Amino acid sequence: MSVLSIADVWKEYGEHVVLEGISLEIAERSFVALVGPSGCGKSTFLKMLLSEERPSRGSILLDGAPLAAEPEAGRGVVFQRYSVFPHLTALGNVMLGLEIGASRFWGKLWGARRRAAAEEARALLEAVGLAEATDKYPAQLSGGMQQRLALAQALATKPRVLLLDEPFGALDPGIRAEIHQLMKRLWHERPLTVVMVTHDMSEAFTLATRVIAFERRRNEPSDGGRYGATITQDIPVWPPRVAGQVTGLFESPGRDDPAPVAGTSRDDLALQGVRA
Amino acid sequence: MRLINRRPEAGFGRLLMIVPFVLVVLTYLIASAARLAENPADKLLPSPASMMAAVTRMAFEADKRTGDFLLWVDTSASLGRILAALAIATAISLVLGIAIGLLPYLRSLAGGFVAVISVVPPLALLPILFIVLGLGETSKIALIVIGIAPFMTRDLALRVSELPPQQIIKAQTLGASSWQLVLRVVLPQLLPRLIDGLRLSLGPAWLFLIAAEAIASESGLGFRIFLVRRYLAMDVIIPYVIWITLLAFLMDRLLVLLQARAFPWFAGARATA
Ligand SMILES: Nc1ncnc2c1ncn2[C@@H]1O[C@H](COP(=O)(O)OP(=O)(O)O)[C@@H](O)[C@H]1O
Ligand SMILES: [Mg+2]
Repeated sequence: MSVLSIADVWKEYGEHVVLEGISLEIAERSFVALVGPSGCGKSTFLKMLLSEERPSRGSILLDGAPLAAEPEAGRGVVFQRYSVFPHLTALGNVMLGLEIGASRFWGKLWGARRRAAAEEARALLEAVGLAEATDKYPAQLSGGMQQRLALAQALATKPRVLLLDEPFGALDPGIRAEIHQLMKRLWHERPLTVVMVTHDMSEAFTLATRVIAFERRRNEPSDGGRYGATITQDIPVWPPRVAGQVTGLFESPGRDDPAPVAGTSRDDLALQGVRA
Repeated sequence: MRLINRRPEAGFGRLLMIVPFVLVVLTYLIASAARLAENPADKLLPSPASMMAAVTRMAFEADKRTGDFLLWVDTSASLGRILAALAIATAISLVLGIAIGLLPYLRSLAGGFVAVISVVPPLALLPILFIVLGLGETSKIALIVIGIAPFMTRDLALRVSELPPQQIIKAQTLGASSWQLVLRVVLPQLLPRLIDGLRLSLGPAWLFLIAAEAIASESGLGFRIFLVRRYLAMDVIIPYVIWITLLAFLMDRLLVLLQARAFPWFAGARATA
């Protein structure tokens, strides 16, 4: 059963066609990576999954029902920047979703209920490796720690799907490798379906169960934006990853090593894009 | 080394800071002494001693006619007016600024109106205020509010729209309603920025206060300096101006302190934004 069903979705801004004819079924517990050249509409597609933007044509179903018209608690998100709130401590950031859900008017908890929410939030912070940083404000955290915090914050409300827009794109390679490990663990341990936009091919193959490539079939300046990007490749990652099943055999360390994948893969779309 | 790369050492920097003050005082003392040497009855540049005497008379001796200590009566009247006006302007601008900044319908409805209102010269409205509200406290407070609230409203609406859109989306994905979004995301981030706007508004607020007091009043710092102007009482006017400057300066410092104490996260967030 698909969590998300995208059927013939188009997105146009005036005359400018950004995406055309996107159809995609996203299975429960899958981890889909969206790749493609810069400006081809990956973020636009994610915005439509968030209900931040509406498709010009076509339909998107979540668990068989049309998407709500605005962002909602079931669809969590982590952006590359500005995902956490600067005026709340790490603990406050993770508690925010819990407080908002439990206190409809004030969006704030006191007393025993607050302590319970704080306990839950602390456990999440520990799960993302931020146990030491609970009382720090985001400005006091490094870029990698801020993204860990953003993940914990998004997971606190137990979203059905987690949408990630280049969440690790601004991080140094070493930090990025660490947070990839974390991301994998979170996906294995929690009932998550993930859609992640990235421009980093090795990241896509390191994390995903399936890699989807967006690209414009025709991309001449003379086209004047009349042709949008569409799905040009849909690659199941091999050996297959199954959520919750971590096998040392399949998850060999070489798999996580970015260099060979990026260097030798014939599916390297960035290169194909240049040649085309 | 280039001039832009030369820096004073910490101690010397502080010393440099005092220099202009010392220069102004010295210039005054020399000019005053010169004039008084020529004409001991000169009123234009009174000596420090005669100013001290005036301060003692105004601050520490009861007025013969009313029995009041005039400086304190004037100060409390003026501070009462300006603080009331600042409080009202803050409340109005917070509510309107957040609403206009956050709600597209209200932005369409009120955005242009506020933009036009904020260019009406408030002093031109003063006669209308006096006619409609009378010569009492209300019209003076209203003048200050009209003078600063539109600016503060526009400023706050702008600050709301400067919040990263990702934050607004993010809060919605955590389940926040519009109201919860205001309470937990927008308002707490706006309060320290409100203090910035308030600091910028202090100058105009004092300007409108003194203007209103000068035209129609029985008390207040502005009333006093315009009253004694008739007798060329520079020995009262100069200490009053220094006192007003000091009050305005202290209010500014207090706001800075409040911002740092109440919003410890703000300095870091501003630096990394
Ligand atoms: N609100 C908008 N109005 C007009 N054009 C837009 C808007 N948002 C995005 N676009 C255009 O859509 C295209 C795809 O943008 P985006 O989805 O951000 O690309 P990507 O994330 O793949 O780099 C770009 O050419 C961009 O100019
Ligand atoms: Mg993008």
